[in-house]
Amino acid sequence: MADLAIDPRVELNPPLVTGGMTYSDVTDKISSIVEGKAPKQWYIAMAFAVPLALLLFACLGYLVATGIGVWGNNSPVGWGWDITNFVWWIGIGHAGTLISAILFLFRQKWRTSINRAAEAMTLFAVACAAIYPLFHTGRPWRAAYWLFPLPNEFLHMWQNFRSPLMWDVFAVSTYGTVSALFWYVGLIPDLATLRDRATTPIRKTIYGLLSLGWRGSATQWRHYELAYLLLAGLSTPLVLSVHSIVSFDFATSLLPGWHTTIFPPYFVAGAVFSGFAMVVTLMTLARWIYGLENLITMKHLENMCKVMLATGMIVGFAYGTEFFIAWYSANQYERFIFLNRAFGPYAWAYWSMIACNVIAPQFFWFKRFRTSIPAMFILSIFINIGMWFERFVIIATSLHRDFLPSSWGYFTPTWVDIGTYAGTFGLFLTLFLLFLRFLPSIAISEVKGVLHQQVSAGHAVHGGSH
Amino acid sequence: MNELIQLNLSSLTGRKYWRSLNQLADTPEFRQWVEREFPEGASELLDSGSRRTLLKLMAAGFGLAGLTACRRPVEKILPLSKGVEGYVHGRPLHYATAVETCGVATGLIVECNDGRPTKVEGNPRHPFSLGATNAFQQAMILDLYDPDRARQVQKQGVKSSWAAFEAWWLEQSAKLGDGAGLRILSPRSTSPTLESLKAEIAKKYPQSAWIEYEPVNFDRVLEGARLAFGQPLQPHYRFDKADVILALDCDFLGLDTLSAQPVRQFASRRRPEDGQELNRLYAVESNFTITGAMADHRLRARASDVAAFALALARQLNVTGAELNVVNQPADRERKFLAAVAKDLLAHRGRSLVVAGPRQPAEVHALVALINQALGNAGQTVSYTRPPYQPSDSLAAVQKLAEDLAAGRVSTLFVLGGNPVFNLPANADWAALFRKTTVVALAADENETWKAATWQLPEAHPFESWGDVRALDGTASIRQPQIQPLFGGRSALEIAALIAGRAERRGHDLVRSFWASQWGAEAEAKWKKALYDGVIEGTAFPPVDVKADAPRVFAAVQVALKPAPAGVEAVFYPSWHTFDGRFANNAWLHETPDPMTKLVWDNAALLSPATAKRLGVKDGDVLEISSGGRTARCPALVLPGHADDSVSLQLGFGRAACGRVGRGVGHRVESLRAASNFWFGPAEIRKTGATCRLVTTQEHHTLIEPITGLKRHNIVEEFTLGEYRERAGHGKHESHPPTDLFPEFDYSKGYQWGMAIDLSACIGCNACMVACTAENNIPVVGKDQVARGREMHWIRLDRYFSGEEDDPQAVMQPMACVQCEKAPCESVCPVAATAHSPEGINEMAYNRCVGTRYCLNNCPYKVRRFNFLNWNKDIPEIRKMVFNPDVTVRMRGVMEKCNYCVQRIEEKRSQAKAEGRRPIRDGEILTACQQACPADAIVFGNINDPESRVSKLKRQARDYSVLEELNTKPRTSYLARVRNPNPELV
Repeated sequence: MADLAIDPRVELNPPLVTGGMTYSDVTDKISSIVEGKAPKQWYIAMAFAVPLALLLFACLGYLVATGIGVWGNNSPVGWGWDITNFVWWIGIGHAGTLISAILFLFRQKWRTSINRAAEAMTLFAVACAAIYPLFHTGRPWRAAYWLFPLPNEFLHMWQNFRSPLMWDVFAVSTYGTVSALFWYVGLIPDLATLRDRATTPIRKTIYGLLSLGWRGSATQWRHYELAYLLLAGLSTPLVLSVHSIVSFDFATSLLPGWHTTIFPPYFVAGAVFSGFAMVVTLMTLARWIYGLENLITMKHLENMCKVMLATGMIVGFAYGTEFFIAWYSANQYERFIFLNRAFGPYAWAYWSMIACNVIAPQFFWFKRFRTSIPAMFILSIFINIGMWFERFVIIATSLHRDFLPSSWGYFTPTWVDIGTYAGTFGLFLTLFLLFLRFLPSIAISEVKGVLHQQVSAGHAVHGGSH
Repeated sequence: MNELIQLNLSSLTGRKYWRSLNQLADTPEFRQWVEREFPEGASELLDSGSRRTLLKLMAAGFGLAGLTACRRPVEKILPLSKGVEGYVHGRPLHYATAVETCGVATGLIVECNDGRPTKVEGNPRHPFSLGATNAFQQAMILDLYDPDRARQVQKQGVKSSWAAFEAWWLEQSAKLGDGAGLRILSPRSTSPTLESLKAEIAKKYPQSAWIEYEPVNFDRVLEGARLAFGQPLQPHYRFDKADVILALDCDFLGLDTLSAQPVRQFASRRRPEDGQELNRLYAVESNFTITGAMADHRLRARASDVAAFALALARQLNVTGAELNVVNQPADRERKFLAAVAKDLLAHRGRSLVVAGPRQPAEVHALVALINQALGNAGQTVSYTRPPYQPSDSLAAVQKLAEDLAAGRVSTLFVLGGNPVFNLPANADWAALFRKTTVVALAADENETWKAATWQLPEAHPFESWGDVRALDGTASIRQPQIQPLFGGRSALEIAALIAGRAERRGHDLVRSFWASQWGAEAEAKWKKALYDGVIEGTAFPPVDVKADAPRVFAAVQVALKPAPAGVEAVFYPSWHTFDGRFANNAWLHETPDPMTKLVWDNAALLSPATAKRLGVKDGDVLEISSGGRTARCPALVLPGHADDSVSLQLGFGRAACGRVGRGVGHRVESLRAASNFWFGPAEIRKTGATCRLVTTQEHHTLIEPITGLKRHNIVEEFTLGEYRERAGHGKHESHPPTDLFPEFDYSKGYQWGMAIDLSACIGCNACMVACTAENNIPVVGKDQVARGREMHWIRLDRYFSGEEDDPQAVMQPMACVQCEKAPCESVCPVAATAHSPEGINEMAYNRCVGTRYCLNNCPYKVRRFNFLNWNKDIPEIRKMVFNPDVTVRMRGVMEKCNYCVQRIEEKRSQAKAEGRRPIRDGEILTACQQACPADAIVFGNINDPESRVSKLKRQARDYSVLEELNTKPRTSYLARVRNPNPELV
């Protein structure tokens, strides 16, 4: 506060909503995306996304009909792109809940205009991720329900609860369920707004059903806020748990390069890192398509860049720690696997990862890069790529040269591997575009909440109607 | 109507038959009704109906048409109303039989399930099997069910019959007269019955000729004996009695012997605990063979330089009593090696042994006989008997045949098996020569010879036909069929009987009458006993007491052995995949990697690293190898330890006329092989610029890590004898008891299965791999899938090189699931599809497996195999007959691995239970790999019983667990490889 007194020009609290928007402006702007005609860009994007999504289904169909052999997986590399993509997508899904829940609990008001889209992104990323644990199995028609502790006539006994894959099932399904609930509960007041504004009976019925009879009474708001807070409280540990548990898939094994205790925090940091990168990628695009500059402001984006810088450094530190521990442990296999990562046949993947994950975020030290949309867009893409390489490096390099040199091998992806991965992008984008088109992509009620704070803070803006 | 009936009846004359009163009345309506094709209303419907009705009816019709598919197919099952005596459905029967390869017989026991042979085992009563088999014998069963076998008698490709062929022969034989135009070409056979038939044919057609030819033969061994002793004799070695062995270009543990006996004998002297002195093996060879890998000292030399080495050794030992001219001046290393070998041999007079390989010229064999005699080994470690077959110079004989064919002196040529058009020396265009006459070819498959023949006759598989064979020492066995000929084939014996004009034509009668004539009054009892035992007692030839004629050998050697010209030479070897081409359509063998190169589904020109470097050749570069105007193309493969300036070529690949498995696999090198360079000769190598993808299951990994340069311990342990003795003095090394996360399971009760694998004994011959494939219905995945790392073998042979790249040592390590007590695979499986039995076996429940492959990732030994695709898709019906009914055929998407042949354990458990609940005896259960192992390197049993063989082995000082520090507590432990180096050469 002292600083403020010295230099009154410093803007202590840059506005979260700019352009002098009123309550009705907010409602109109966000609702119009859903109510008006879709812009041309939306159709172009759909024309790109839908065929890709169809490619996913084609690849999965071919996979199920033929066998895992259509992928490049082999012995010793039992997992290839499948689990790489699974972990990557789960990581992408991290930012949503983090922004929604943790930032909510910490009263970070700047989250309001991005949390909805980030949550939707989480859900769709989890959906994409969930494809892999199911379809990477040799017999997905069995795995679809044998991995759940349901009484059935085939197994005659419980699943093996010692297996981290079982923990995965619970962690991912809980995460998916809670994220969906959290997202939906947040949507209710906005759905009611859309219902109230609806001009056609179909819209009225659908949004009416979805808004669960929301009337906006004080009692409802009281219950709603409590429920939202509770869900935020529930989601918060899940942000940490889901990727910790995903990391157990590796950490509890005995494979050098996998068997490390650093994995849970390292994975969580990596997940947040990649999740924020994906949010930045998508938000800069959505901002451009729909002209949401006043709602998704530079402050939001800059904050996200800072998070990426921080988590990127954590990840970089973890890479260093792994090497240090490999040397310090004096374990021959461990030492070899890390040197092999950096200098073996997969060195190209390792150094791609380092370049993308450790070097690229360093640009965010500079405000120029933190506030430049093209720069952050490009860097976020690099980080997305880098985080994919991180998972690939962990999985492939640890597997391809393990204990017995006689069984060493190499993994090369097939076109089906590539098609399946590209296809999940299609599915993700399709779902996200449908979300943009049919649901309020920014939390109207929450944005209005921050708008009001700004109004009361002294900016002479007239309040709008509800 | 009644009136009409009356009227019509009254108008009839004679008896009239009527069907109905209507017909009787013969009304116009009735007439119309009779004439109408369809019943009332059928055609009206369409006439009066609209287009809509038509469409409705059609739709209904199509819909109802589908109902016909709802009917279940009618399948009748019939009970065995009259039980066959002593036959219990589902319990296999075992029959003794014997097979011969290149005139060397091995006794076998064949397991038959419900009338179909499914598994081959060695016959413990047979002196050359001792209960073990080699990889080829294990794979024979697959050839029996090969859908691409010759199936139909044909005349120039047109369907014919045995009757037509016999009728033709009756006519043809009448024209033959004294048989001047008759030639019979057959593979080498030891059959006494066939020998008698040959004599009959020779008597009936005195001018005819019977030529025996084998592309892989041992003629030079017998020829060498003729030089030394004045008569062709078969040497017999006692590797178990020899303390020092020198193998001169002799892969006596691998492809240069076709029986288990030498391996068993050799391996019995590689166990330092047995109280006997460890033997010491020196090998001089060009290719790096498995014998070279077992050798304590190995000298790389071109095949043509081996003679010089033998000469130098003979001179050093002064065996001829005269001054031998040494043809090549040996290099320093060679001289040192030679001096040490000579000293060692002299120090072990009467307990040493020198052997030479079949590629070496007769003079070398004669020299070797002389050396063995001088060392006092004759009668001790080497003895001689008459050979089991009539020795002949087959190269000269086929040369003569080519001349006769070219001159038109042959009117009828019988080819009784084999594939001569493919593998006769390339001196002549055999396919063209065969077309000049009438060729009757008896062939197992529609091979190159079949294609060139006039009469094409399907040959019965050895498991389908009666016969008799002699082992190397003369021991005779009856070959009994296990199944009726699947495709109506006949045996060479039966065709020979036809040629001889015998009245009896059936193999059974021929063999039986021959032996009846030998046995006289006791024939019936002896016949039964012979069939039961698989060997005929008292048929082994007695050893011949002979003395080598040193001056004659000396004279021959001085004339024949000339300095080998410098430069590259090509050497021909049988292949581990196809032998000489006869197993070219056998997928099991193609997929079993070559023991040294680990190459699958291909052959290659093997080169030393230095030669490859000099020629600028990389793995997979297609080379053109030429000699005397003949050429062959073959991709190069660099093999560490191979001799410089030498290229090793494997026979039996690149079959043009072959079944669907072997067609186009590999490269034919027979086109380079003539009588002059039948085994080796100078050659020129040129890079063609083309490349060929070679697939190996294992690269040339050593235990030295790349990047760090550190050696990996606890994988293969090796000691010299001295180190071992020191270690044994301290007792078995006990590891620190590590901490366990999960509670200890009580394994102190009941049977606890375990295994010990002796790396000192294991020669890496692949027999266990093929045996496991046959026993456990292991699928074949093909070259492309092996390239992707998806081979399915439950047991593999890891080969590690150590030392310098140019002259390394190698060690073999059989690696199957080691059945960890703390199995890393078990804790990670989400559906508990892999779990422990109370007896300590890590079992796979295929039905539970969903195929996450986590277990594979977490297995430090990488012995788990995943069904990436449906490997059992599109298997021809007949091929399915080879499946072991006791083992599930796995579907795609599930994991599988070794389970210690749990089906065999259960079989013996129920047998023991049925026999009064007695305990299972030690050694009663043999796993498939153990049973096949000629070296007896694999021992399985109950580790809870301190007296069991496996427990005793596990108490030895050299017992260790692979990757012990991981605390997986494997049930399979290994006995360290002990080498016995000569201190003078270290």
